[in-house]
Amino acid sequence: MASLVSVLIDGIIYSSYLFIIALGLTLIYGVMKILNMAHGSLYALGAYVAATLIGAWFNAGLNPYGSLALLALSALLVGVIAGPIIERGLLRFMYGKDEIVLILVTYSIFLILEDVIKLIWGVESYTAFQPYGLLGNIDIGALPYTVYDALLVVVAVLVGVAVTFVLTRTRQGKLLVAVIHDREISAAMGINVGRVYFITFTIGTMLAALGGALIAPKVSVVPAMGVEVIVLAFAVVVIGGLGSLPGAALGALIVGLVRSAAVHYLPEVELFSIYLVMALVLIVRPKGLFSAAEARKI
Amino acid sequence: MNTRRKLVTVATASALALGLAAFAAPASAQEKEKPIRIGVVTFLSGAAAGPFGVPARNGAEVAAEALNGGKVPAPYTAAGLGGAPIELLFVDEAGGTTKQVNEFRNLVQRDNVDLVIGYISSGDCLAVAPVAEELKRLTVFFDCGTPRIFEDASYKYLFRTGATATMDNTAAALYVTEMKPALKKFAGINQNYAWGQDSWNDFEAAMKVLKPGVDMGTSQMPKLLAGQYGAEISALLTSGADVVHSSFWGGDAEALILQGAPRGLFKKSTIVMTAGEPTLVRLGTQVPEGTVIGARGPFNMFAPDNELNRWFRKAYEDRYAVVPSYPAYKMVQAILGVKAAWEKAQAANGGKRPSQDQVIAAFENLSFEGPGGKVDMALGKGHQAVQGTAYGITKNVGGKVTVVNVKRYPASRVTPPDGVKSEEWIKSGFKTAK
Amino acid sequence: MKADRTPLWLGIGLAVFLGGGWLIPAWAQSLAILALGKGLVVLGLLLLMRCGLVSFGQGLYYCLGAYAAVSISKIFNLPPSLLTSDAVVMPLAGGIVAGAVAFVLGFLLANYRSIFFAMLSLAFSMILYGLLIKMSVLGSSDGFNITYGTAAGIRLAPGAHLFALYAVSVAMVFAALLGAHRFLSSHTGRLGPAIRDNELRVEYMGASVRNVVHLNYVAAAVLSGVGGGLVALSIGHIDPDLAYWTTSGEFVFVAILSGTTNVAAPFLGSLIFEWIKSVAYQYTPYTWQLVLGVALLLVIMFLPAGLWSLFGRRGKGA
Repeated sequence: MASLVSVLIDGIIYSSYLFIIALGLTLIYGVMKILNMAHGSLYALGAYVAATLIGAWFNAGLNPYGSLALLALSALLVGVIAGPIIERGLLRFMYGKDEIVLILVTYSIFLILEDVIKLIWGVESYTAFQPYGLLGNIDIGALPYTVYDALLVVVAVLVGVAVTFVLTRTRQGKLLVAVIHDREISAAMGINVGRVYFITFTIGTMLAALGGALIAPKVSVVPAMGVEVIVLAFAVVVIGGLGSLPGAALGALIVGLVRSAAVHYLPEVELFSIYLVMALVLIVRPKGLFSAAEARKI
Repeated sequence: MNTRRKLVTVATASALALGLAAFAAPASAQEKEKPIRIGVVTFLSGAAAGPFGVPARNGAEVAAEALNGGKVPAPYTAAGLGGAPIELLFVDEAGGTTKQVNEFRNLVQRDNVDLVIGYISSGDCLAVAPVAEELKRLTVFFDCGTPRIFEDASYKYLFRTGATATMDNTAAALYVTEMKPALKKFAGINQNYAWGQDSWNDFEAAMKVLKPGVDMGTSQMPKLLAGQYGAEISALLTSGADVVHSSFWGGDAEALILQGAPRGLFKKSTIVMTAGEPTLVRLGTQVPEGTVIGARGPFNMFAPDNELNRWFRKAYEDRYAVVPSYPAYKMVQAILGVKAAWEKAQAANGGKRPSQDQVIAAFENLSFEGPGGKVDMALGKGHQAVQGTAYGITKNVGGKVTVVNVKRYPASRVTPPDGVKSEEWIKSGFKTAK
Repeated sequence: MKADRTPLWLGIGLAVFLGGGWLIPAWAQSLAILALGKGLVVLGLLLLMRCGLVSFGQGLYYCLGAYAAVSISKIFNLPPSLLTSDAVVMPLAGGIVAGAVAFVLGFLLANYRSIFFAMLSLAFSMILYGLLIKMSVLGSSDGFNITYGTAAGIRLAPGAHLFALYAVSVAMVFAALLGAHRFLSSHTGRLGPAIRDNELRVEYMGASVRNVVHLNYVAAAVLSGVGGGLVALSIGHIDPDLAYWTTSGEFVFVAILSGTTNVAAPFLGSLIFEWIKSVAYQYTPYTWQLVLGVALLLVIMFLPAGLWSLFGRRGKGA
């Protein structure tokens, strides 16, 4: 029988990866009230860019440890290029519209990005495995784990702390929180809501791409890898409460641990464990775990 | 210019978008015969495109071009099919069964193809089979693995030139029990959909018959395309299994290797990858030594050293700079099977172009040669092919990956006889006599 | 007030479609059945959208409609009967089963709105998907084939199957259209947009918001179930993909494409969508998703009330 330790470790590793992706999604929703269906494609974009850069790096025979920095670089690149293009080029014109229409706009962006990725990178899979085994293994509770996975957890925690710090301690961050709370009043108070949207979307894109970049050395980067991730990220965000950062963390943790427990103890249930959890949470807390009280307009 | 040629050019022009070399339209100096239009359906997008669909399509292009130029070794030296040039019409198998049934109807009723070759996904095969009968168009399945097609029903217009997945998993069980007589425990990690479930069920049943009393450790069934197998690998490591069975393919197979190898999974247990050959082609020496690999038949490194194989490998490698994997072999096998049947029917028809019914009659119970060796259409009332298979273990020699300890299994050992369902046959202890 | 001419138009339309069906080629009939069946699902979505709800889980009922009749007979080992191989009974049975499930789930779902309604409905459809994948008696992810030999008990001549199914689809769609039109003009039907605008006021005025939402939910489910049954018969094969979230997403896509102005809009939207997909597949097999995405964006940007606004002068959504 699997030890509780392995269930915990596996769960935490999976949660870390979910958290980074869900964080971007919940931020974008919280500020812009858009459920970004293209988030999965941005994740895939991050993975492809990382795989390409790492491949080129190792082909050039450079210092292997430098490849780890490439992961962050890929996320930055994708965030800084794709984010503004999408937000300024398209989303900006759609802000007045209904929430559902905005979801469909992001859905069409997802469709377009899927084919753009295919046009640039083709249908073959890319592997950039070198960084994964680079740092060696550690034994936790009688099972070997890679140091890379431990690094993933550390990065997730750092990202969470960094974003929280920015949101609560810096001026820009507080402006963002104000907009999350009430867009109209913020605009009335003179906050440049348009610029806040731009920054948020760019950061959200970077986080999605970071998730993809971090995963790239572990998996084979294939077309349609984004599709699988979208629903997972949605589930995490809905469980945690839309727009809530601690919610995203808790949601990711719950989903990761439930999945890990299912895999170790009851593998047949693994397939729908996440949907069961989501349904249960929504039944008990209809707006997710950390939902703010909302004023109702009469 | 011939409008039909324009149609093929449009279809292949889209291939240019991926930077592939332009497909030179088949040049046929003596064009006394009307071209034969073949609809080819295989995955051109999505996760199955890279490992299966694109090699299959490439195989089709190589075969069609060589056939039209009369460059294929005996007994296939006639140009095209019996002198008539081949024209290929490619359709993407992505989009789900509803879409595929519609596209099949379009191919037959709107595009008027003479026959259809294709289908990798078992779901698509099952959905298209009755439609082929309804529309009365010769259809050849080249790859899908479900035994249900000819075990559940009989068909007149439908043929399958590839063996079923039962063969893969039965042979895998035979191989590991022969290789590791002291085997005590086995486990599995398979994708949670029909292919993975059937593969695992066949393997598990076969193991229980071959080694009564063997323990089953854990059967992991992650979602198709899950990509991340950290927890599953932990569970497999904990189980202490001697052998781990996996029918993983494509990105999932690669991820399993990339995530499992650093954690020592491949050292602790012997992993059997029943459809692992394309992954071997892709990952090369990254596949850990000591992994048991199958190619779903005598293909690629398991192919016999005959002239057809030598021709095919050279032609494919010259064009695509990579070794052909089993989907390419199976596609060529299907095309050559059609050619053999067509030309046999044509000879019986006094050299005139045969009718579809004549081709079908010639195809039934046919034996023909392919780059993988001999193929006998011996099951499903002469519509389902049987072929032996082989398994081997990976070993890195001089910086390149090879397979050693190759064991071959003739069809009779690994395929149920006509009229017996795969599941029953395994559970009965592989009874061949009826 | 002008006399309600819609039933008249619907009757004329029915005659035109049935008559015209004889003339169009077989592949067009198949395409039409697909568009009509899927259009029914979108019609159900239209009902929900008028209440301000978007369901990302209609795939649940679409799939139930397809699987219901045949699953019951397979699981309980019943002989192929009127229930499973009749072009009229099978979709209706699917609709009834879907409606029954919706009645139960509706008690829960009627309490949710906007994103949470969407996600919860998605969760239920994915749970069905997971269940079906696990059931090897139903063929797991490969599904199984279905055939039909009769229509409303009348044995069909070989070769007449396709047109019979086409006729049945047309008849069911026009019946649904008439029903929807009547419903939306009725008192309960008119409460939909009111609920979307301001629930509290509707409650204050004495109507029960929960009941109206529940009713609309069940109606949408029945329509989806019937649609699922028709499409299943046309394709001849069903598999769990019918319940996957991307299938539901496609229906929402078509719903926005069509707009909510008129009950006939979903069918036009569905037909155009199937046609665009077919054309994209044929001419751009490598980039059909791009074509679809761009098409959707164009519609959203330039035809915010959906395709139907091309026809009506009243462009505003109902």
